[in-house]
Amino acid sequence: MKRFLLASLALVMIAGSAFAAPITIDFWHAMTGKNGDTVQAICDKFNASQSDYKVVPVYKGSYSDTMNAGIAAFRAKSAPAIIQVYEVGTATMMAAKGAVKPVYQLMKETKQKFDPKIYIPTITSYYSTSKGEMLSLPFNSSTSVMYYNKDAFRKAGLDPEKPPVTWPEFFEVAKKLKASGMEGGFSTNWISWIQLENFSAWHNQPFGTRSNGFDGLDTELVFNTPLVQRHLETIYQLSLDKTFIYGGRENKANPLFSSGQVGMHFESIGGYANFKNTCKFDFGVARLPYYPDVAGAPQNSIIGGASLWVFNGKSKDEYKGVASFFSFLSTPEIQAFWHQNTGYLPITTAAYELTKSQGFYEKNPGPEVAIKQLLNKAPTKNSMGIRFGNFNIIREIEDQTWEDILAGKISVKAGLDRMVREGNAKLRDFERLNK
Amino acid sequence: MVQQYEFKAKWLPYLLVLPQMVIVFVFFFWPSLQGLWQSFFLQDPFGGQVIFVGLENYVRLFTDPAYSYGESFAVSVAFAVCVAGLSMILALFLATQTNKKIRFASFYKTMMIWPYAVATMVAGVLWLFMFNPNVGVVAWFLKNRFGIEWQHLLNSGQAFLLVTLAASWKQISYNFVFFLAGLQSVPVDFIEAAAIDGAGPMRRFWKIIFPLLSPTTFYLLVMNLVYGFFETFPIIHQVTAGGPGKSTSILVYKVWRDGVINLDLGGSSAQSVILMIMVIGLTVVQFRFIERRVHY
Repeated sequence: MKRFLLASLALVMIAGSAFAAPITIDFWHAMTGKNGDTVQAICDKFNASQSDYKVVPVYKGSYSDTMNAGIAAFRAKSAPAIIQVYEVGTATMMAAKGAVKPVYQLMKETKQKFDPKIYIPTITSYYSTSKGEMLSLPFNSSTSVMYYNKDAFRKAGLDPEKPPVTWPEFFEVAKKLKASGMEGGFSTNWISWIQLENFSAWHNQPFGTRSNGFDGLDTELVFNTPLVQRHLETIYQLSLDKTFIYGGRENKANPLFSSGQVGMHFESIGGYANFKNTCKFDFGVARLPYYPDVAGAPQNSIIGGASLWVFNGKSKDEYKGVASFFSFLSTPEIQAFWHQNTGYLPITTAAYELTKSQGFYEKNPGPEVAIKQLLNKAPTKNSMGIRFGNFNIIREIEDQTWEDILAGKISVKAGLDRMVREGNAKLRDFERLNK
Repeated sequence: MVQQYEFKAKWLPYLLVLPQMVIVFVFFFWPSLQGLWQSFFLQDPFGGQVIFVGLENYVRLFTDPAYSYGESFAVSVAFAVCVAGLSMILALFLATQTNKKIRFASFYKTMMIWPYAVATMVAGVLWLFMFNPNVGVVAWFLKNRFGIEWQHLLNSGQAFLLVTLAASWKQISYNFVFFLAGLQSVPVDFIEAAAIDGAGPMRRFWKIIFPLLSPTTFYLLVMNLVYGFFETFPIIHQVTAGGPGKSTSILVYKVWRDGVINLDLGGSSAQSVILMIMVIGLTVVQFRFIERRVHY
């Protein structure tokens, strides 16, 4: 066996030297577990499909680890060709003049066939200029949805096929679930992404000025409106009798839902596969609720996740390889494969149609709810996405203040004002630096 | 008579310490100087835009309420003092108990040292599991037996208590070893003489053993404060992530968050310079008093 391995190794080496070695393209990403395996599988497929380029995926840790590794590598002039950056890092990457090569430019320079219209607009708009030029290739995209426990609905005498559609209905259902003997009615992850950013987009309300930052760095947060105040006020009031249970920042509230302590929960569609594994009950996925008295609601929800950025200063051949890899990633087959294996959304309409025709949604209705929610209406300037510098700090300020609100240290109104005030200061810092 | 060796070649000693100095320079001085340098600038993470701002990063730390540096400083001091106090008192109690002539004394001693082998990060996870408000064993017990609602995600007092307990638990073993060694070096004659003179156990402890332990105690106090200030990062990161609000965001945690996660390099560098000054201060104190230990 050993001898055979050595022999084959020698053979490979001879073969390698006999033919021109393929150009290596480094691809740094932050996907673990099943998602990481799927990234590897897609790269293998690409490498097998042609012999000019070899994409090498490297796992670099969490999203922030990966971004920091990319920053450090760029400063040391050894950046990879492709790096996966989470959505909150978008403005930072955009502002990094000279560090990145926008995807639309890359495609033009390498003369790669590229039709921006094949992509789902709500997904690509997040990573495009306001003129519609694609800056980075959307990779893993998700959006927030409502999960509900069908068994708990039955127990509380509610129709499990009729999840609440509006927020007033939602709160009534939450109270009924609690009254039916559950620990609490509902919980939510990602207070900023789901209950502020998506909430604003879904109601076609501005989260910030200047098209949520798409039109300029002089954007300002404006979400301290009576509507948002009413929404958070209601949740706060419901937290007092534990109809709402706080489960922590980011996605830390998930165990509340999967252990059956609450009957309804807000989480990314990216968590669908996870809930399928952990929930020992029948659950459903529904659209985000809305306030019916708001004109234009529901609009469309916005995405989260990450996109692929291309670093500047690579050779022409490398860019050709990156461009053909990106085209490969955008084919319906690969997108459908990615979508069905990871639960992230497909980035092209063709991949969605393909998945539908394969009958995937009959067994997995959840992801389709998310796609339909994204496609609900053509995105407006309030629902294209969010483009803020220092976005991570802004979200952190929101998280911290939300905890202070729930702990009763600050009123909802004062809390919202503080989020906006301190967040705006961070936006000004970013503007000053990137003028 | 102390033997003195002298090198013939004058350059040889320098050559011999050179590798060490290179390491110290590359891994300690160079980054420190860079940190100092960066603290005077605002810059984007990729280094494309750099603006010299003088002391603005420092001024903002102390004047901008959004930074809440003062709050973070106060929490850090309270945390370090509580951890040092709690872990030292418990360790001293345990050390005096195991130092008695009891059965299985060496077994107890071994057991007592074990937690020190647990990585700080893992210690954090263990405590988090027990106190998880939704699925934790202790949280469940507190709720159902004592009617105490455990919710450290929102209750800042509970969050502080939890990180203090987790950090102290880990440190007890370390203190225990030192206290035990200290206790064993207290001459038995003194204690016997005191006993013959009619001093009770409490009196013997406070009048003889405790004063003789003072060098150990002092050394441990410094070490524990250093631990509380600078080495508890994994516990905060794991258990509370600085929350709820900013109530457990100690200095070392804040410097990491602002720099690594939030990419505020200038502000984070300014914070690290302040931390550096604190470490230097503590080191000076430590050396001063460890020197004095010889003369007690």
